[in-house]
Amino acid sequence: MLNARLRRKFPEGPGSAAFSLELDLNAAPGVTVLFGPSGAGKTLTLDCIAGFAQPDQGRVLLDDQILYDGAARVALPPRKRRCGYVFQNYALFPNMTLRQNLEFALHGKPRLERHRRIAQMLERFHLEGLQGRRPHELSGGQKQRCSIARALIGSPRMLLLDEPARGLDAPLRAELYATIRQVRSDYRIPILLVTHDLDECLELGDDIVILREGRVAQTGIPHDVFDKPASLEVAQLLGLHNMLSMEIVTLDPVRKSSKLRYLDCELDGPYWPGHLIGDRVWICVRPKQVMAAPRAARLTPNQIPVTLERVRERVHGLRLEFSGDLAAEDSNGNADEARRVKDWVVEIPPSAMRLL
Amino acid sequence: MAIDWFPLWLSLRVAVISTAAAAAIGLWVAWLLANREFRGRELLDAAVTLPLVLPPTVLGYYLLVLLGRATPFGHVYEWMFGTPLVFTWQAAVVAAWLHSFPLLVKSARAAFESVDHSYERAARSLGAPEWLTFARVTMPLARRSILAATALAFARALGDFGVTIMFAGNIPGRTQTLAVAIYDAVESGNGTLARTLVLVISGVSLAIIWFANRMGARTLGGRTPEAF
Repeated sequence: MLNARLRRKFPEGPGSAAFSLELDLNAAPGVTVLFGPSGAGKTLTLDCIAGFAQPDQGRVLLDDQILYDGAARVALPPRKRRCGYVFQNYALFPNMTLRQNLEFALHGKPRLERHRRIAQMLERFHLEGLQGRRPHELSGGQKQRCSIARALIGSPRMLLLDEPARGLDAPLRAELYATIRQVRSDYRIPILLVTHDLDECLELGDDIVILREGRVAQTGIPHDVFDKPASLEVAQLLGLHNMLSMEIVTLDPVRKSSKLRYLDCELDGPYWPGHLIGDRVWICVRPKQVMAAPRAARLTPNQIPVTLERVRERVHGLRLEFSGDLAAEDSNGNADEARRVKDWVVEIPPSAMRLL
Repeated sequence: MAIDWFPLWLSLRVAVISTAAAAAIGLWVAWLLANREFRGRELLDAAVTLPLVLPPTVLGYYLLVLLGRATPFGHVYEWMFGTPLVFTWQAAVVAAWLHSFPLLVKSARAAFESVDHSYERAARSLGAPEWLTFARVTMPLARRSILAATALAFARALGDFGVTIMFAGNIPGRTQTLAVAIYDAVESGNGTLARTLVLVISGVSLAIIWFANRMGARTLGGRTPEAF
């Protein structure tokens, strides 16, 4: 279990704006994803935990051992922290063979123990027969597995991964995800994964921590966070569409319903406790739950007349983008057919509306 | 006329010993400058660089003032070894060391700084003590640049004139190094000797610089890791 409270200020410098890191982070065994845009402080957070950077204040606790305590002036050097670190470029020592790379992490251990652990790692990460190769003789996937094996061979109490999937093609990425899932089930340690890839969050994350400008914007289980973003900023970071600013026209607590105005249309909505008539609220609807159809003669309830602005073809179906910041997904539509129609209606069912 | 080759052998011996001493201390200082954040780091760098720009006579003067017979160091040295340091070939070693040390530190610092820091970080995160990181990671990755830096320092030590003549003097057969011997030959009108020695030292220095450039062109783990 990791508990970190980090405070660090950077004054404004030439060519860089002032930045302050101010976050509290807890990571249980399993994968915790640190998600955020570039410059949110993800790598700095990792470096503060591994000991490569020092916060100004705060405390880092790992399994009840103090790694850093600003008030007590304790700062363990990186080599005593037992945090495995997987670097973006793998950082395999180019002057050593794969075996020597692994053995480097077992400095000071008896010979037999070293031998046993290396054999175990080679098997676990499918690296048998490659012991004598140097990093430049390994494929991308082998390098990746070797760097993860090297980080784990000294039995660290935590694993830190700095954007491991950056710049990988799809097959390698899938391989990496499989390796990380294997590590998660084999080792009961906290794994902190830095990424700015949404699929990675959903695919690997047991927990997600969204960072924005050095602060935690939201934490939780990935699906919950995607379903209920805490703020407009988080929703935008998550690339969510259909962020609609609506006005509450009526509220009916008895029938548990409301009426909302958007683009001169009145929509039925669920009851919003704690809000008043006349409030403007942000409603978020997943494109999957928006139903779109070419416009017919009459509008049924909760339909909004819109015009089609763009059709994007994606791996799984189409994304239709309409006027009024509305988007819908159509899993079995045809792009050319969709483009032929200009006037559409979209229907937003009350059950699909989420309040930010 | 038979040429007295003593100055060449003396110069080589002085350069080898002083370069070894410069490397032993200089690599450590360079590593400190490149890897450690401490107060007065840039001041230390400036102090180390100073001999590179000061006139050799000034350096010789400093050595006489600090290590001369009348100084505390001079007393201790004479008490330990029975003879004073000044005007011996050992003094020439000190002079050559002072002349080449800054160059070595400067180039070694650049070499250490060119090593991608993620390798050193990786080593530390794997629990390696600093000396192991230095010996197994930093040094091998910077090996070629370090060799180049050492070769340049050696060439500089070989060619020192000013500091040597101030601190070790010009005693034929005892402290007369190659550079000093050339000066002596020209002064006494011995053109053949001067020409020969000039050609020899030019050739040796050219070979060393060629070697240094070849080494420096490729660096492990630095900007061009695929060259390995």
